[in-house]
Amino acid sequence: MAFFEGNRMTAGYNNGPDIIHSCSINVDRGEIVAILGPNGAGKSTVMRALLGLLKLKKGNVKINNKDISNLTPQDRVKKGISFVPQTKNVFAELTVRENLEVGAFLRDDNINKVIGEIYELFPILSEKKNQIVGELSGGQRQQVALGRALMIKPSVLMLDEPTAGVSPIVMEELFQHIIKIKKTNVAVIMVEQNAKQALKISDRGYVLVTGENKFEGLGKDLLNDPEVRRSFLGA
Amino acid sequence: MDFINAVVLLLNFTVLPALTYGSQLALGAIFVTLIYGVLRFANFATGDMMSFGTMFAVILTYYFQSIGINFGLLPTALLTIPFAVLMMIFYMLIIDKFVFSYYRIKKSPPVQLAMVSVGVMFVTQAIIRIIIGPSDRRFLDGEKFILKATKFKEITGLNEGLTIKSTQIITIFVTIVVVSIMFWFLNKTKTGTSMRAYSDNEDLALLSGIDPKKVVLITWVIAGILASIGGILYGLDKSYRPFVYFNNMLPIFAAAIVGGIGNPYGAFLGGYVIAFAEIFLTYAYKKFFSYILPEALEPNSLVQLISTDYKFAISFSILVIVLLFRPSGIFEGKKI
Repeated sequence: MAFFEGNRMTAGYNNGPDIIHSCSINVDRGEIVAILGPNGAGKSTVMRALLGLLKLKKGNVKINNKDISNLTPQDRVKKGISFVPQTKNVFAELTVRENLEVGAFLRDDNINKVIGEIYELFPILSEKKNQIVGELSGGQRQQVALGRALMIKPSVLMLDEPTAGVSPIVMEELFQHIIKIKKTNVAVIMVEQNAKQALKISDRGYVLVTGENKFEGLGKDLLNDPEVRRSFLGA
Repeated sequence: MDFINAVVLLLNFTVLPALTYGSQLALGAIFVTLIYGVLRFANFATGDMMSFGTMFAVILTYYFQSIGINFGLLPTALLTIPFAVLMMIFYMLIIDKFVFSYYRIKKSPPVQLAMVSVGVMFVTQAIIRIIIGPSDRRFLDGEKFILKATKFKEITGLNEGLTIKSTQIITIFVTIVVVSIMFWFLNKTKTGTSMRAYSDNEDLALLSGIDPKKVVLITWVIAGILASIGGILYGLDKSYRPFVYFNNMLPIFAAAIVGGIGNPYGAFLGGYVIAFAEIFLTYAYKKFFSYILPEALEPNSLVQLISTDYKFAISFSILVIVLLFRPSGIFEGKKI
C-alpha cells in the first residue's frame, strides 16, 4: 500500500473519448516517480486525474489509504497534494515573496518560518524576494513555482514537465532541487520529456503508451531495459 | 505682481477644479479597472452604478435634513456615505448573483459579459428614474466656501481672488484617504494579495486554495465603496443628475485606459491626466495672457483652444491616441 495512489483510473475530457485506460500510478513519501511516454500517451491527463481536474469514470485516487476520488482540486490541496503546472505556474505580476505567500494561503500559522525554509532550499529566491517574478529567468521562475507549491508543506508534490524549455545546465540544477525536496520526505511525481535525465534521478518510473501502463520499474532498470531504450529513450 | 496674479488665476480656474474633477474620475476609473482586472469584463454600467449610490445619498440627505440631523459645517451627505455604500454593495451583489455569476460560471467571453453589463446599465437607469426621476438635484449644505475670493483679495492685496470650495477640499481629502486604504489593502493584506493573485493567474490561484467566491465578493465590496464615494463627491461638487453620470463614463473609461486597463495606480493617475487635459484645453486664457504679456501683445480673442461644449471630445481623443500608440497605457506598473 503506497502513500499516494491512483488505481485503475479511466478518464477523458468532458464527454470526449477516454484518454487513459485503467491506468495505475503510486508513490511513497521520500520517493521520486517519473511518468514517461511519447506525445499523446496521456501523461498530463494522468496528472490531472490525480489532482481532480478530471472526473474519473472508473478507478480511484487514495492518499494515506483514504479515498479522495470525489474531492475537488482545492480540497485535495488541503489534503497536502501540491501541483506545479507546466505553463503559467507562477504569479508573474507578483513579487517572489508574494508568490510564496499566496502558496501558503491555506495556512493560518506564521508563515515566516516556512518562507525561511524555502529560501534555504532555493537561495536565489531570497536574493530576489522583492522582484516581480515576470522579470526573472526561466530557471528562476521554475524555482519560484516549486517554492510556491512547497509552501503548504505538501506530502505529495506533482510536477508537470518541470524542466520544459530550460537549458541543460538549469535542468541539472532543477533536478538537484527536486532531489533535495524528496529528501524532506515528500512524495514527488513528475511528468518529463527529458526521459533519460528524469530516470536517472527517479526511484521508479512508469512508461505510458496510449493511456495504458506499458512498463514500470526502478529508474535504473528502465534505463537499462533494451526495449524501453529502443522505443522511448532513443537508443 | 502680475505674475502672481496670473498664477492665482490659473490655480483658481484650472488647477483646483482639475484636481477635484480628477479625483472624482480617479475613483470611477479604479472601479472600472478593478472589475476589469478581477472579473475580466468592461463594466458599462459604471456611470449608472455611481449614480445609483449617489441617489441613496441624495434621498438620505433630504431625509436627514427633514428630521433635523446635520453635520455642522460639513455637508450632511458625508453622513449618508456609509448607508449609501451599503445599499450600493447590496445592489451590486444582487446583480452579480442574478446576472453576472451565471456568465462567469459558464466562462463566457469578456465581450458577452460587457454586453450583459450594458443591459444592467439600462435596468439601473430605469430603477433610478423610477425612484428619484431624471431631474437635477442639489444636496450640498453646510459651509460652501473655505476661502472666498473677496477674503483672499483682502488678505493678499492681489487683483485675482482664489476661491476654495469646501467640496473641493473634501473631494481631494476623501479621495486620498479612500485610495490609500485601498492600495494598502491590495498590497499589504493577505486578502488583497489573493485578489491580485486571482487577477494574475486564476487557475494557479484556485490551486493555491484561494476561494473565487470570496475574491468576487470582496471585489464588489471595494467597487461599491469606490462607486458610491466617487459619485457622491461628484454630485456634491456639481449636482446630481443621472444623465450626467452616464455621460461621465467616457472620461472615466478614458482614464482607466490611459492608465493601462487593469492597473489601479494607472487608473488613479489617469483620472488626473484626463481632468487636467479637459480643463487646460477648454480654459479661456485671455485674462492670463493679459497679466503676463505686455499691453501691446494682449490677445483680443478668448484664447480658448476648444469650447467647453466639446470637452468630451478631449477624453475621446486621448482615448483614441492612447489606444493607437500605447494600448497598454502610458504608465508603467503592475496590474492589480
